[in-house]
Amino acid sequence: MPAASRPPAPAASPAGTVDASPPARPAAVLLSPSATQRALDHLARAIARAHPDPEELVLVGIQTGGVQVAQLLAARLARQWPGRVSVGQLDIAMHRDDLDRRLAPPVHPTTVPEDIAGKVVVLVDDVLSTGRTVRAALDALHDLGRPRAVRLAVLVERPHRELPIRPDFVGKTVRTAPQDRVEVEVNPANGVCRVLLYRGA
Amino acid sequence: MTWHRKDLLDLQSLSAEEIRTVLDTAREFKAVGKRPIKKLPTLRGKTVVNLFVEPSTRTRISFELAAQRLSADVINFTAEASSLRKGETLKDTARNLEALRVDTIIIRHSAAGAPHFLARVLEAHVVNAGDGAHEHPTQGLLDLFTMREKFGRIAGLKVTIVGDILYSRVARSNIWGLQKLGAQVTLCGPPTLVPRAFEALGCRVVYRLEEALREADVINLLRIQHERQRRSAFPGLGEYTSLFGITRARLAELRPGALIMHPGPINRGVEVDSDVADGERSVILEQVTNGLAVRMAVLYLIHSAHARSADLTGEPAPGGALAHT
Repeated sequence: MPAASRPPAPAASPAGTVDASPPARPAAVLLSPSATQRALDHLARAIARAHPDPEELVLVGIQTGGVQVAQLLAARLARQWPGRVSVGQLDIAMHRDDLDRRLAPPVHPTTVPEDIAGKVVVLVDDVLSTGRTVRAALDALHDLGRPRAVRLAVLVERPHRELPIRPDFVGKTVRTAPQDRVEVEVNPANGVCRVLLYRGA
Repeated sequence: MTWHRKDLLDLQSLSAEEIRTVLDTAREFKAVGKRPIKKLPTLRGKTVVNLFVEPSTRTRISFELAAQRLSADVINFTAEASSLRKGETLKDTARNLEALRVDTIIIRHSAAGAPHFLARVLEAHVVNAGDGAHEHPTQGLLDLFTMREKFGRIAGLKVTIVGDILYSRVARSNIWGLQKLGAQVTLCGPPTLVPRAFEALGCRVVYRLEEALREADVINLLRIQHERQRRSAFPGLGEYTSLFGITRARLAELRPGALIMHPGPINRGVEVDSDVADGERSVILEQVTNGLAVRMAVLYLIHSAHARSADLTGEPAPGGALAHT
């Protein structure tokens, strides 16, 4: 993989964010580890089918949850195109529209391959819900260059859209209540992922 | 990540964790400064007032640019041209500004505690840009940022501050910040300007420059403020330079890798020789670059929903984590 990716700064871990930690017990497992694998495989295949030229493709994970998913997708695409898959990460804390309504979100590194002009950027996030993160990501991306096209890939699509935003590639569509929370859990020991539902109050 | 404050008034009252939050945040804002498009929409629609009752150019410009890079509207308010000259009190001036719905007041004032006073009487955010001989917290933070960037850590660093410690707000902010993050601070200068009383803050006080330089990882040189220096502090600039000026010859006494810092503006040939100030150990201009990033980070952090908004805490941050909305 190109130098575009580096792990998020440990000192700015989102774990310390107020309101960010889910309640202890999930209400349901939306995607088991094997179902998560299949959803990622499906996403990677769909992206490769739609964009058969790896030279024009850049995967950009949205901080923080999308970074992981982008890297998992890049690893799958690299089987097909070894050494030719470009990955970056985009932080949107500085582009949110609600800074004075919440505690300052931690700012994470943005590292996007030098020149995205003329490329197809696939924005990657773990969960799509209101669409506000994607709106901020589009603004943040716009400041970095002018891609030929921007697509959106999400591992999990929830309803509850507040903006006219629609994903191009979806791993799994789930039904949730607005106050629910959906988390992609990664086991740090073995990298196994699953998707969990937490019931809101 | 820890930040719940409405204001930035000093480093004395910040925790090590809060200081690290500013430094971590500033690192990402510094990266923005390297992009072709350096502007962010973060503070769009906010108004920032630079209320500089004591004159300053570089700090004001740094704050002004920081606010502009974040898309805030900026008003510059200087004492020379203001109603403060006509006898209006600071409180009235500030409340008039607040009546215009400004969101943040960045204040420099010759009286220690002026920013704290404003923070108590105003709803607006207050940032201390230097109050008397008390503190200059963003200068302290940018110095810490520069050291951490160069050495990868603050803990265990040996930092020597040379010059007018007694009347220096930069020295005080540095002392608080460095000690909270685990550095060892040595102070050096004429005894009239470096009283032993600073040992009570946990600093080492020495009067021979050679001794202060020998072990140091960082030499932070304070400007001799000859415009406000009391004549009795030391006999003359010539004597100061011969005893405490950093010359090329004295560089030889430094550890390899030791850095020369200076908050500016430099008196070339007084506290530091020209070729040292421009030399490879000097990070003086990087401090200026870092100051902008640190001030952007401070404006970003204080503008978030802070402790004041108890009425907002019932509302979960939308989506909780950033990634889920």
